[in-house]
Amino acid sequence: MGHNCKIDGVEGVQVFRGVVLQVLAWGWCGCNTYLVYGNDFPGPDGGLLGEVEAAEAALRDAAERGLAGAAGRQGADEATLRDYFTAVIEADQKIEPRDWMPEAYRKTLIRQIAQHAHSEIIGMQPEGNWITRAPSLKRKAILLAKVQDEAGHGLYLYAAAETLGVSRDELVQMLLEGRQKYSSIFNYPTLTWADVGAIGWLVDGAAIVNQVPLCRCSYGPYARAMIRICKEESFHQRQGYEILHTLSHGTPAQKAMAQDAIDRWWYPSLAMFGPPDTASTHSEQSMAWKIKRFSNDELRQRFVDMCVQQAEILGLTLPDPDLRWNEQRQAYDYTQPDYDELMRVIKGDGPCNRQRIEHRRRAHREGAWVREAAAAYAAKDRVRQEAAA
Amino acid sequence: MSDVSWPLWEVFVRARRGLSHTHVGSLRAPDAAMALRNARDLYTRRQEGVSIWVVPAAGITASSPDEKDAFFEPAADKVYRHPTFYQVPDGVAHL
Ligand SMILES: [Fe+2]
Ligand SMILES: [Fe+2]
Repeated sequence: MGHNCKIDGVEGVQVFRGVVLQVLAWGWCGCNTYLVYGNDFPGPDGGLLGEVEAAEAALRDAAERGLAGAAGRQGADEATLRDYFTAVIEADQKIEPRDWMPEAYRKTLIRQIAQHAHSEIIGMQPEGNWITRAPSLKRKAILLAKVQDEAGHGLYLYAAAETLGVSRDELVQMLLEGRQKYSSIFNYPTLTWADVGAIGWLVDGAAIVNQVPLCRCSYGPYARAMIRICKEESFHQRQGYEILHTLSHGTPAQKAMAQDAIDRWWYPSLAMFGPPDTASTHSEQSMAWKIKRFSNDELRQRFVDMCVQQAEILGLTLPDPDLRWNEQRQAYDYTQPDYDELMRVIKGDGPCNRQRIEHRRRAHREGAWVREAAAAYAAKDRVRQEAAA
Repeated sequence: MSDVSWPLWEVFVRARRGLSHTHVGSLRAPDAAMALRNARDLYTRRQEGVSIWVVPAAGITASSPDEKDAFFEPAADKVYRHPTFYQVPDGVAHL
């Protein structure tokens, strides 16, 4: 395997460069994948990360069970293929890229995964805004690592979408032209350093509640990408919580800044779960396909129930005078976010919509010469190698 | 041309010495050297690996899941390839 050995050798030389930042970011916590991943922000049911691991185990179990009388053969008629597709989903197995699937399933997934990817990419902006002004080198290194993770999440998801027969270039183009959406939450501004904390705690927190069930999604590449993403997200939520905790135990001005950030981010975070179930349009089919596993309102409730106790420990208040425990429901009653505002922001009329998309277009435009140079170098190198061969 | 589509690469990572390389995902890059760098930044930000392979996706020949049954059938009736197929007389040690 001389070829493989050569690849190993090349890799060895190139690996050390990017490590410096990571050592900065992780230096005090052991620098070990297990430690970083294995220690999650506690959720109500024994930890969200526990659920991610359970999803991973279920994925392996289902793969081992196999399907009796697999009938996905070439040349089978559409009814047979459809039955097989349904059987795979009913058995909680995964649909893989080259399996037959209904066109609507493919389209739904492309739309959902692409919007998810775009959200990760645009989501870098609100926090990126504070990288140069982070209050210490430690905070700056952490924030850089966090924003870099979000870029990674975008790329895992574009790769998952590509397995459905759409190209990354097409998806990037659709984002730039505003033909596909991203999460409305990123159209709100980050006015103070405390907003970085509020985003980590509330926005990444809401994203985790939304995303953990997606680890069990019926489409294999999406489920696998989500497992990876969820493991990384728990660091995001913790670093945000730690920022707020530090501020809320600082000077009165720092505490007020933390409270102000929560006041502004609470309702937009609740709106991240989408419209209420009574107004949600394409949930039912997604549930049947096991793309979606819980309704918007179920997830929103779960998020509220988690946040209440965490806010208490911060010594900060969630800006909802009607928030109270309901003994009968065994859940908190809470005020719904303003769904008209959500619709306005989705339609393009949020505080930062224009700024976000313009920034993305500019970054794409200004990076063009890098892409051109890399392509030209690759072409030149190919010619050189052919001549040497 | 400002938007040349970069080829797709499949990424395999060896988590630790003694383990084989495992497929972790894919990425786009103009050439192998850039694919390796991108793979490092994308798939090993938390020391998930000690070695990376990148393979041009176009260079992979795959057996389609559509042909699953027929393609893997030859192995199905050869149970004698497994040690459990054989009856070991009582009292035989180290077999
Ligand atoms: Fe993310
Ligand atoms: Fe995140």
